Amino acid sequence: MIRKTLIAAATLATLATGAFAQDKLRIGVEGAYPPFSFKQADGSLAGFDIDIAMALCAEMKRDCELVEQDWDGMIPALKAKKFDAIVASMSITEERKRQIDFSAKYYKTPARVVAKKDSGLEGTATGLAGKRLGVQRGSTHQCYAEKMFPEAEIVLYGTQEEVFSDLALGRIDAQLSDSLISQESFLSKPEGADFAFLAGDHTDVDCYGEGVGIAVRQGEEELRDAFSAAITAIRDNGTYKTVNDKYFPFDIYGGRPDGM
Amino acid sequence: MDLLIEYRSQLWAGLVTTVQIALASLFFSVALGLIGAWAKLSANRTARALAGAYTTLVRGVPDLVLIMLVFFGGQVTLNAIGAATGLWDYLEVSQFAAGALTIGVIFGAYFTETFRGAILAIPRGQIEAGISIGMSRPLLFRRIVWPQMVRYALPGFGNNWLVQLKTTALVSVIGLQDLVYNAFAAGRSTDALFTFMAAAFVIYLGLTALSDLGLRALERRYSRGVQRA
Repeated sequence: MIRKTLIAAATLATLATGAFAQDKLRIGVEGAYPPFSFKQADGSLAGFDIDIAMALCAEMKRDCELVEQDWDGMIPALKAKKFDAIVASMSITEERKRQIDFSAKYYKTPARVVAKKDSGLEGTATGLAGKRLGVQRGSTHQCYAEKMFPEAEIVLYGTQEEVFSDLALGRIDAQLSDSLISQESFLSKPEGADFAFLAGDHTDVDCYGEGVGIAVRQGEEELRDAFSAAITAIRDNGTYKTVNDKYFPFDIYGGRPDGM
Repeated sequence: MDLLIEYRSQLWAGLVTTVQIALASLFFSVALGLIGAWAKLSANRTARALAGAYTTLVRGVPDLVLIMLVFFGGQVTLNAIGAATGLWDYLEVSQFAAGALTIGVIFGAYFTETFRGAILAIPRGQIEAGISIGMSRPLLFRRIVWPQMVRYALPGFGNNWLVQLKTTALVSVIGLQDLVYNAFAAGRSTDALFTFMAAAFVIYLGLTALSDLGLRALERRYSRGVQRA
């Protein structure tokens, strides 16, 4: 019995370490989602999310501490107050909004149309009229293509990989997909060398949602609004652009928050 | 290979955490296992019922569910108690303590059964003989029960330990940076997941091989005086 009591006491003592530090703002990050968040060889964190988090903290004049958390436990940890905010490329969705609150978006990789460099096409309803436009079946891009390019001949594919390979083979004139995915898996590869983005970001809220935001617990409107204000501030003062250009060849913010 | 060398400090740190959690939880589970086996074999009906409820409940719930429940559920409960009593605003549940304790509690249930079986395997007559020559209970335990119980328990103990060692990988969901977590993070960060998973595979294999050696030495030691057939 004494042994049991001792174990219980020792356990309580270890459980209760750490503490009451509430002045520091603790931010949950992931560390396994490059180039947004990844680990360097010395174990330190780097990436777009990490730099944005630090920039926002500097803007809000708050002392921040990054807390590394596995993706699966991210929302439970936020709700259990392990940290106060999540900056981990978390998309704002209706389902998540039932549990947690989001700031305004801090990025939303726009969808863009890709075609041959010398095609002379324009990424508009009239520019793509009568052209074969490839998109992934059942995706947000199909929704958008049908809405915005009704005159185009929309060709559907099972996977995004097939869209890219048929574009390279010349079976379609253009394709519409997430700009970051196009950049990373096609344009930067040898088979995509002769292709380029057409002008214009596509960020329609009905089809594409609101983008990626910073999550806070429900009822913490003050913190949420502080983050939203700080995002606007770093957009305006150029800090965002500096961070963005370090990782991406184009602006991933994706237009005004209303998605227009 | 170059990547593994570059990230070696990460792998090493992960390995240390894995071994620490495994040993800390082993300590908890052996202690709980001994108490549990004693309770299950005692004449006290309440002790038997409590130990029965413990082994049934714990062995019937997936490990991952228990870990999440203790870590996140425990934190939410602590927060609620703090808010209700006004004593604290936020009391941190340490990830290490929560991980080691939960795994310890889970495997304590398996050790309870291992130890119970081992005690039952000791011929009843030896204990009666001890009592009849006037041995005190502690002496009886030290001279007759313990050495034989260990011998009978060792194969089951080894089994439990190997499973326990690998179960520590589950603590990565609560943000503890063990071998699996660090290997995964490094693999995702460098786009070389397979390389790091292969490294983790080899390291775990090394750990289990080492454990095997240790267990065999223990078995030899506790089988002294018993003729091998």
